[in-house]
Amino acid sequence: MSQGAGGEAGFPALTAAAGPLARRRPFAQRAFRTLSPYFLLAPAALVIGAVLAYPVYKLGRLSLQQFGLAELVTKKGTWIGLDNYSRIFHDHQFWTVVLRTFVFTAVNVGLTMILGTLIALLLTRLGPAMRLLLTTGLVLVWATPVVVAVTLFRWMVDFEFGVFNWTLTRLHFGDFINKDWFADPKTGFAVITAIIVWGAIPFVAITIYAGLSQVPEELVEAAQIDGAGRWRVFRDITFPLLLPIFVILTSLSIIWDFQVFNQVWLIRDGEPEEDYWLMSVYSFVEAFKLGEYGFGAAIAVVMVCLMFLATFVYLRQMIRMGETR
Amino acid sequence: MNRKLAGRIGINLLGLFVFVVMVFPVYWMVATAFKEGHNVLADTPQFFPNPATLSNFDEAIHRQYFWDVVKNSLIIVATVVTFSLVVGFLAALALAKFRFHGRAVFIVLILGVQMVPLNALIIPLYIQLSNIGLTNELRGVIITYLTFVLPFTVWTLRGFLLGIPRELEEAAMVDGSTRFGAFVRILLPLVAPGLVATSIFAFVVAWNEYLIAYVFLNDAEKQTLTVWLAGFTTQRGTEWGPLMAAATLTALPVLVFFLLIHRKIAFGLTAGAVRG
Repeated sequence: MSQGAGGEAGFPALTAAAGPLARRRPFAQRAFRTLSPYFLLAPAALVIGAVLAYPVYKLGRLSLQQFGLAELVTKKGTWIGLDNYSRIFHDHQFWTVVLRTFVFTAVNVGLTMILGTLIALLLTRLGPAMRLLLTTGLVLVWATPVVVAVTLFRWMVDFEFGVFNWTLTRLHFGDFINKDWFADPKTGFAVITAIIVWGAIPFVAITIYAGLSQVPEELVEAAQIDGAGRWRVFRDITFPLLLPIFVILTSLSIIWDFQVFNQVWLIRDGEPEEDYWLMSVYSFVEAFKLGEYGFGAAIAVVMVCLMFLATFVYLRQMIRMGETR
Repeated sequence: MNRKLAGRIGINLLGLFVFVVMVFPVYWMVATAFKEGHNVLADTPQFFPNPATLSNFDEAIHRQYFWDVVKNSLIIVATVVTFSLVVGFLAALALAKFRFHGRAVFIVLILGVQMVPLNALIIPLYIQLSNIGLTNELRGVIITYLTFVLPFTVWTLRGFLLGIPRELEEAAMVDGSTRFGAFVRILLPLVAPGLVATSIFAFVVAWNEYLIAYVFLNDAEKQTLTVWLAGFTTQRGTEWGPLMAAATLTALPVLVFFLLIHRKIAFGLTAGAVRG
């Protein structure tokens, strides 16, 4: 770090890029060259440190403190060691919420990936006009803000005048007249899942489609000549080639779905019943509704740790990328 | 031959079906926004607004605080985009064009911080801002938005910069241009589309954000468009017509921008990963 101008010798890429002229340049200029990346990085590093690194540290600290509304005024928490964590692990409610969050994540990620892949495969086989139409439709959905999406799904499943109940009844799926989808958390979560999967499909489908169009056609043709059906081609050629994309999309989906908050919060009008709590909601309610900031922070820490475990493969890949390039 | 044709028609019909299912919610929002009140609340849904009316939009924009929250959203978004673009571009330049000690560490940091959920950080951020008296201030929200906009900006711009061949710059320098001259005349024009795409994406993310604004801004006239929209219901039941008009207005800028740039963003998000 503090090598100054002398460090330049250690960086063949830079020396080569600067050309032989660099050798004759005065000392001050070379020092400037070596230090300039740090100058360029400094503002971003400063901001990220202030608004990200410090809060992360602060989150860890808070989770070890008794920090309620009184402490918010005095600006000083009381150290209580691991009490918040032991309270979590003895909290019956907490384990229900964790289990619910895992199931919820698995269902949402699974549906998103399967439907997204199917739509991507469909895109490759459509005619050009229909492909453009469907892609445009996907982008429209992709662009819909979450708050707007929740609002319009609420309207569609409205128990009295919603188009959804009417359609289901008309298609003879049963009597859905005046059905309240949120009376039972199971159907309530079905609506929430629909909102999330609907919103997440476009990114997955378009990205996989972009990947599919890179698969060399000769490979697929050769396999087909050898008698491979569609499923074999997908399983033995397309999927292995696109594996990195699938890993990344799945990991991103896990990250996004594990911390879902807005959809649940908004569709229950800012007062979700306990049956609707996911980990992020639980942490939020403890902190901002009950004023238990320390306890809420501890839940958030556990949530982050569980998420990192769930996306371990992805993390490993990222760290490798950081090292090699 | 005939079977092949039938198959192609079948596939395209399936495509049409998927299109209709995916787009229907958005269509339903817009259709409802143009309906007259009694047609919104009809026992048999009206699938096409007839007669069409603009009264819902009229009611939405004349609702209390509408122009306040639009102004707030614009101020927040403009500041966040400008700031993160300038700062992020400098950092991306360092990461893409220089080799130096600590580069790999910084890249891992940039990627890692994007994984920390905002939901987890909102508690310490709230306490920090309340300590320095920045809750209920647009400034506080602006600072907080940088947490997720800036790392993304750095990463995406770095991807765009890496896509520019080094030889181009070198050629300019051989021709007697200084490094700065090469930067202005060669690099900047080439990276301009990337800058536009990144700034639009930053715009969209900041425009759509709900949770931070909801927690940090208490006064109704200080809130953002999304928070205002979410609070639309409360008074006397839900007025679906005006609500759908307001939702359409909220989504409109984002829809337009997204249609313009979606290709670049799909590239930016996955480029690094695929090539790695």
